[in-house]
Amino acid sequence: MADLSKDELLDMYYDMVLIRRFEEKSEELYQQGKIGGFLHLYIGQEATGVGAIRALRPEDHFFTAYRDHGVAIARGIDIKGLMAEMLGKSTGVSKGKGGSMHLASREHNFWGGYAIVGGHLPLAAGVALRARYNNEDFGVLCMMGDGATNIGYFHESLNLSAVWDLPVVWLVENNQYGMGTAVERASGVTEIVKKAAAYGMKEGPRADGMDVLATYDAVKEAMEYARRTGPVLMEALTYRFVGHSMGDPERYRTKDEVREYQEGDPIGKFGASLTAKRKAKKDELVALDKKAAEEVEAAVRFAEESPEPTYEDLFRDIYV
Amino acid sequence: MATPAITTTATKRMTIREALSQALREELNRDDRVFLMGEEIGVWGGTYAVTRGFFDEFGERRVRDTPIAEMVIAGAAAGAAMAGLRPIAEIMTINFAFLALDAIVNHAAKVHYMFGGQFSCPLVVRTTTGGGRQLGATHSHSPEIIFAHFPGLYVCCPATASDAYGLLKTAIRNDNPVLFVEHSTLYQKRDEVPADDPDYTLPVGKSNILREGKHVTLVSFSKGVHICLEAAEKLAQEGIEAEVVDLRWLRPLDTDLLIESFKKTNRMVVVEEGHALFGVGAEVAAQVTEKAFDWMDAPIKRVTTIDAPLPYAREIEQMALPDANKVIAAVKEIL
Ligand SMILES: Cc1ncc(C[n+]2csc(CCOP(=O)(O)OP(=O)(O)O)c2C)c(N)n1
Ligand SMILES: [Mg+2]
Repeated sequence: MADLSKDELLDMYYDMVLIRRFEEKSEELYQQGKIGGFLHLYIGQEATGVGAIRALRPEDHFFTAYRDHGVAIARGIDIKGLMAEMLGKSTGVSKGKGGSMHLASREHNFWGGYAIVGGHLPLAAGVALRARYNNEDFGVLCMMGDGATNIGYFHESLNLSAVWDLPVVWLVENNQYGMGTAVERASGVTEIVKKAAAYGMKEGPRADGMDVLATYDAVKEAMEYARRTGPVLMEALTYRFVGHSMGDPERYRTKDEVREYQEGDPIGKFGASLTAKRKAKKDELVALDKKAAEEVEAAVRFAEESPEPTYEDLFRDIYV
Repeated sequence: MATPAITTTATKRMTIREALSQALREELNRDDRVFLMGEEIGVWGGTYAVTRGFFDEFGERRVRDTPIAEMVIAGAAAGAAMAGLRPIAEIMTINFAFLALDAIVNHAAKVHYMFGGQFSCPLVVRTTTGGGRQLGATHSHSPEIIFAHFPGLYVCCPATASDAYGLLKTAIRNDNPVLFVEHSTLYQKRDEVPADDPDYTLPVGKSNILREGKHVTLVSFSKGVHICLEAAEKLAQEGIEAEVVDLRWLRPLDTDLLIESFKKTNRMVVVEEGHALFGVGAEVAAQVTEKAFDWMDAPIKRVTTIDAPLPYAREIEQMALPDANKVIAAVKEIL
């Protein structure tokens, strides 16, 4: 069981709530036309993101796909810069050039969200190569969706990481669908961790991605193995409560199915266990909820008041 | 004349293969962050023998054989570059770089911009291009222009040994991703290479006048440069003075030098081993037309590979490719 103080646990709870509020607000802003492009929400998957990112050391690095708000928040990146990026402002983490799908923060060793399915996997292998090349003690967490495990990048990147013993944890956030295609309709192997065998790679656990502490423990252990020995393929079994992106008609699943998962809401569950087992008071949690909502409001204010990028910015940062 | 003065006194006659090897060896010795990765570059010694002996000399940390996996060769090299190393990824031939297109175009060329300048990608992808070796349709492409389409990437196509030497060093020391395209039939070409200046580099995006002339400008890069030089030599015997411009880089494209030359000759033929449609000739002709229309005495002509896949049979393959006679014919059409 995770060796975490009550304060740390409350911090994790706060992050999960902050993600939820941030995502709800983003949805609202999208509907108002203030956020454009594609918007992929993390609602339902908060335990996976917070558990996994909290398991990292500061010197570790991480990558994810386009569903990237949650992990950015979990790493402690100021949500002002994240929200400004969503609104396409020059104060955004990527100066308004990246948008929702391309958040990143170099100082947090967050190499970004990537919108080409599987495209970030080889990049993660490359960053991990530096650890071996320079004998540095860090690992790389590379998160991806279940759908990404069927693309060529997955095969090539996992294989290379095994051949070169790279310190990568390949963490599949298995939310059971890639857009509208269920895992069993897209993958010959439905227990995705079994794909590790093809590479002679350590098969990691299928962690309960709706349980923040279970995910935390599993990722922490996998990262330790990766830093010391080599790559691990693991899963976090999770579920997204909302559509793939905005405007998803959700014809591929039933309302009952969604409702069933919502009953096991990872935030509610974690909150209840904190009050039951860690002597957290209801009031404390309510206060955190309120604080999160305020932090999101402040971030939106900051983003709305921030300047737009200019015509000159179009030509900035094409080349070094 | 646009050629940067060679500051060295001593030169050594060597092949393009030797010049590339020497540049790589010196850069590996200069900077521990520089390393090589690719298929058959180590134990085998490189399929074009550019890295022969490197595996023993530098060891497997610096000279990394990879699986046959172009997506991850380009992608992992891009990641390593983002993390601060200086990888030189070798894609055995440019025909296989189609598999690496996403990693190169969507990531290597975009991460700097897309994340607001937070990351850079000082990556070199070395590869070899060109037809004429009876390898059939899949192994005879000259598609470097495809890569040159995208802002964020540089595309460099040396034609001579001294350029191969200087430009490869330029590419390695530059902080941007560079696709470095060698020509598979030029590795044995020889010329004088600076011999006592390990810091010899050439500027990014500067082309070079290899032969001066006043009647027509022949524009090319890579192997086409040698075709143009041969044509210019023959034309000279008939009293036609052709200027030969070696682009060296497809991106950035040195439009200034082209315009300057065109204003002098008022006529131009562009020679390339790619197909004509949307090619280098199309781009050069458009830019010259836009910027120097008043100096134009004749339509700009193109000599390219014909609009068909390349076949195996030797004679018809040669018919499909550009050569000096086709260049001479094109010149005579517009004189
Ligand atoms: C190479 C590529 N093909 C297709 C798409 C379109 N696309 C975007 S997300 C997605 C589904 C990916 O599902 P999964 O990896 O399970 O991630 P999730 O959205 O469930 O988090 C698809 C097909 C893409 N972005 N990139
Ligand atoms: Mg999925």
